[in-house]
Amino acid sequence: MPDRIPDSTTKVPVNIGTTSAWEYAPAPERTPVEIEERYGLYIDGEFRSPRSRRWFETMNPATGKPLARVASANDKDVDDAVSAARKALPSWSRLGGQERAKYLFRIARRIQERARELSVLETMDGGKPIKESRDIDIPLAARHFFYHAGWADKLQWAFAGAVPKPIGVCGQIIPWNFPLLMAAWKIAPALACGNTCVLKPAETTPLTALRLAEIFEEVDLPPGVVNIVTGAGRTGQHLAAHPGFDKLAFTGSTEVGRKIAEAAAVGDRRLTLELGGKSPHIIFADAALDQAIEGIVHGIWFNQGHVCCAGSRLFVEESIQEEVIRRLEHRMRTLRVGDPLDKNTDVGAINNPEQLAKIASYVETGQSEGATLHEVNNQKLPSGGHWFRPCFLTGVQPSHVIARDEIFGPVLAVMTFRTPEEALKRANNTPYGLAAGVWTDKGARIFEMARRLEAGVIWCNTYNQFDAASPFGGIKESGFGREGGRHGLRAYVQL
Amino acid sequence: MVAHPVDAIMLEQRAASFTRRSIKEGAKKQGLRLALSMVDLTTLEGSDSPEKVRSLCRKAIRPWEGDIEQPLPSVAAVCVYPNLVPTAKEILEGTGVKIASVATGFPSGQYPLSVRLRDAAEAVAAGADEIDMVINRGAFLAGRDEEVAEEIREVRSTVHPAHLKIILETGELGNYDTIRRASDLAIEAAASTGPIRDGEIFIKTSTGKIAPAATMPAVLVMLEAIRDHWFATGVRIGMKPAGGIRRAKAALHHLAMVKETLGDDWLTPNLFRFGASSLTNDLLRQIIRLERHRYMAAHDFSEA
Amino acid sequence: MPQRIDVAKTWKLYIGGKFVRSESGQSFPVEHRRHGTTVHLCRASRKDLRDSVEAATSARSGWASASGYLRGQILYRMAEMLECRRTEMGEALGAGSNQTPKQRLEEVDASIDRLVGFAGWSDKIEQILGGQNPVPGPYYNITVPEPTGVVGIVPPDKPALLAAVSMLAAPLCAGNTTILLAPEQHPLPTTLLGEIIATSDVPAGVVNILTGTRDDLLGHMADHRAVNAISAVNLAEETLTDLRKRAAESIKRIHHERVTAPAWKKHEDRCSPWKVEPFLEMKTLWHPSAC
Repeated sequence: MPDRIPDSTTKVPVNIGTTSAWEYAPAPERTPVEIEERYGLYIDGEFRSPRSRRWFETMNPATGKPLARVASANDKDVDDAVSAARKALPSWSRLGGQERAKYLFRIARRIQERARELSVLETMDGGKPIKESRDIDIPLAARHFFYHAGWADKLQWAFAGAVPKPIGVCGQIIPWNFPLLMAAWKIAPALACGNTCVLKPAETTPLTALRLAEIFEEVDLPPGVVNIVTGAGRTGQHLAAHPGFDKLAFTGSTEVGRKIAEAAAVGDRRLTLELGGKSPHIIFADAALDQAIEGIVHGIWFNQGHVCCAGSRLFVEESIQEEVIRRLEHRMRTLRVGDPLDKNTDVGAINNPEQLAKIASYVETGQSEGATLHEVNNQKLPSGGHWFRPCFLTGVQPSHVIARDEIFGPVLAVMTFRTPEEALKRANNTPYGLAAGVWTDKGARIFEMARRLEAGVIWCNTYNQFDAASPFGGIKESGFGREGGRHGLRAYVQL
Repeated sequence: MVAHPVDAIMLEQRAASFTRRSIKEGAKKQGLRLALSMVDLTTLEGSDSPEKVRSLCRKAIRPWEGDIEQPLPSVAAVCVYPNLVPTAKEILEGTGVKIASVATGFPSGQYPLSVRLRDAAEAVAAGADEIDMVINRGAFLAGRDEEVAEEIREVRSTVHPAHLKIILETGELGNYDTIRRASDLAIEAAASTGPIRDGEIFIKTSTGKIAPAATMPAVLVMLEAIRDHWFATGVRIGMKPAGGIRRAKAALHHLAMVKETLGDDWLTPNLFRFGASSLTNDLLRQIIRLERHRYMAAHDFSEA
Repeated sequence: MPQRIDVAKTWKLYIGGKFVRSESGQSFPVEHRRHGTTVHLCRASRKDLRDSVEAATSARSGWASASGYLRGQILYRMAEMLECRRTEMGEALGAGSNQTPKQRLEEVDASIDRLVGFAGWSDKIEQILGGQNPVPGPYYNITVPEPTGVVGIVPPDKPALLAAVSMLAAPLCAGNTTILLAPEQHPLPTTLLGEIIATSDVPAGVVNILTGTRDDLLGHMADHRAVNAISAVNLAEETLTDLRKRAAESIKRIHHERVTAPAWKKHEDRCSPWKVEPFLEMKTLWHPSAC
């Protein structure tokens, strides 16, 4: 005989607590980060007030509120920084590679130890989702120092038959989309190769580079080996035109890159440029479609589309166009747009109001040119701050402005092709050549497409993968020189 | 059938992304209860006794006897061998908790079709609401797709109107492309027997007898097949990962994956189940911790 | 009255595999000391430069996708043809220099050997400069060098042949197409080189040779958006600055070196892969690895 079941339990209805849809609760990253009221220039191993006596505010793009005041370097400040780097050069370049390596290893370790704080600060200052700064930017920054540390005493093996020597004092100008990561990309190889640096972070995102300066102090990096001067475009122009540099490295838009190249034209100075892109992303009908969709999503909506190698031109084989659009809409709907400090946020804040206006105007232009806007994501956007919903446009012609200009936002232009030849022709019809993506299940086609696509990085059946060991950089008007890997060292040695 | 190749690395990355969803506070509370309501409380041992099944059924109806502010949901179903269906029926009839039975020559499927069909027919006759069938992996891996499809059609006709869960045994299929192909085959075969209502047909990862069982990437591939069928026909096929999901956290990750792959419509026991036993107690442990702010010990819960 | 009247050669530009007169309709005189005669070379114009760039651009994909083996054989063929015309080239070198006949032949021989050296690089440079990158994660990550594209070459006056050959062969062996501005003061050897190239199976447009005034051409070369790189040595400071400024618009690669005349003889150095590398673009491929 079975036990008798009490009546009360037999009537228990299925009750899941609520009838409403299951939504993620807010999951804010709460690690506190101290931010000082103001930050000086980091020159010759110390923070100092700018000779310019000027300061500017850096804002939190998610709130529109200021985070700190930061020094604005003028030409005299840049002079000071260059002198400090020049003074530090002989002993740094003569210090054995093994010793230089140990400094870089120490920096890598300190970044790892302070990872959460750096992630939160990066997200507050730049607007990118904490998920990305935590899982990508900061770990990769540490990885770059770690990777390059190991090269410092092995440079004689890196260049077949040639003896590498340091170039000297390097000026380095970086953008606001990956602030600490770009600083690491620039500083780590420069130091490994025995050079000294003057780095200028972007004016909207200076805080993590200044934290990096604190780390340099913590690890007793000799004064002057790295100097950090903050400021806007004018400070950048001072750097570009300063005769005291042996080498200049710039990452940013092609438009500014041209100006930098012109300003830097004086003398026999080395130059590397990592510039803009309008990278094609090609999906063949035989591709692993769901993964290709993830590739597209990651390619264009990663970091709000503030990515120089963003896959911003999608070329879909005509026979699967509708399937792709339907899946893309379905997937786009699930993207969580909003508070960058929320651990579930997929798309954060647009870095600055000028950029927001630019993105909005491109989307308007696209529609007025006849393209159809797909913006199905209806997440409620926070008040305050700068926001733009992820979207894509169909009915785009290759001649449209949105198919040619770098938008640098979460906006994808979708076009079609019928044959591989047509895909290649359309993909390569751009002055840019930074990256390209291609998705197909056919091995031979992958290699042929990769060979004929005009770009410095080709992601095959994947997109937006980065590593310190992998050279990154463009061809054509996306710049020259590589960062990362053995090839990246070339930009910081003379043979 | 249209081929749907799957790229393993990107698939696994996508599946892993759901494990980084942060499910906190209200969402956690609600999610844990939702997961509990989706459990197919299962026992599939040779040593299963009527007594064990009765105890399991009581737990299914009322997962925990302790005091709790908000009443707990019952689980979705109890899943047993055909012989034990009558025992389960004695207790579960009229409770809303379904009786599921593994039939069709579980777990190997290596029996003549006539035997497998009779197995299923008898389980239904004994009172099973749902039949968890195994596909003929031998035929499938040998490429005899039509044979597999025909078997599914016959089982479906035999058990109708009982619901049917089709076990692919993903751990034996070798790679994700094959899991996708098996999913498509199962869905299309079941759907070809006539109009099906939402949740009448499920696809299920595993018997629980083979490792690996339900891995998140394998489940994701199956969810994608379900989504594509829904896109094409508007019909909602159900999904049941089974085996290997033991932790409440893993269950929440699965819910996030379902939510973001198929949408909120699927977040119901009618369309999503966990084939599990030990998961139940971990869900209870977490639910009670949220209320009482302390962890319970294993012995605070009845055996599952 | 001589028995027979010499048939003098008309010296032309070499564009798109054809010997053509300058669009400018102008020429300039060069003393040929050895013959005691004056020859007239074309003064190439902006339009000749434009035509050369067109030709080089059309030849790009074919030359870049030709196998290294084939390119190597063609460079070796250039060496063979130069060897055949060793004496004639020696004489051409004599046109504008004070070198002894022995020195001139030594330069020709060094140039032949330089071509042979670079011929060997064309099917090996990827192995030296490319490679696999050990990224964490299930990916194949390889870097392969590819040619930059259309390269403008501005060699020094001395050594008139060896420098030009070295500067031409480096980008050429790697699959670039080229526009060579003959040394302004000493253009005859380079011009003759065009005739050698024309009989060496070099596809039309892969090498284009212009004679004339550097000032007429260099700025336009820097401005031209289809010229991807410029290789120059020993430019005056202000010329270099101007070149760089004008090249900025198209993000052109400017490779400039200061090289003394004797340094060109150092074969190991001048034929090193690092002389080819400035005309290569590193392309990095990622592909997941899984079943």
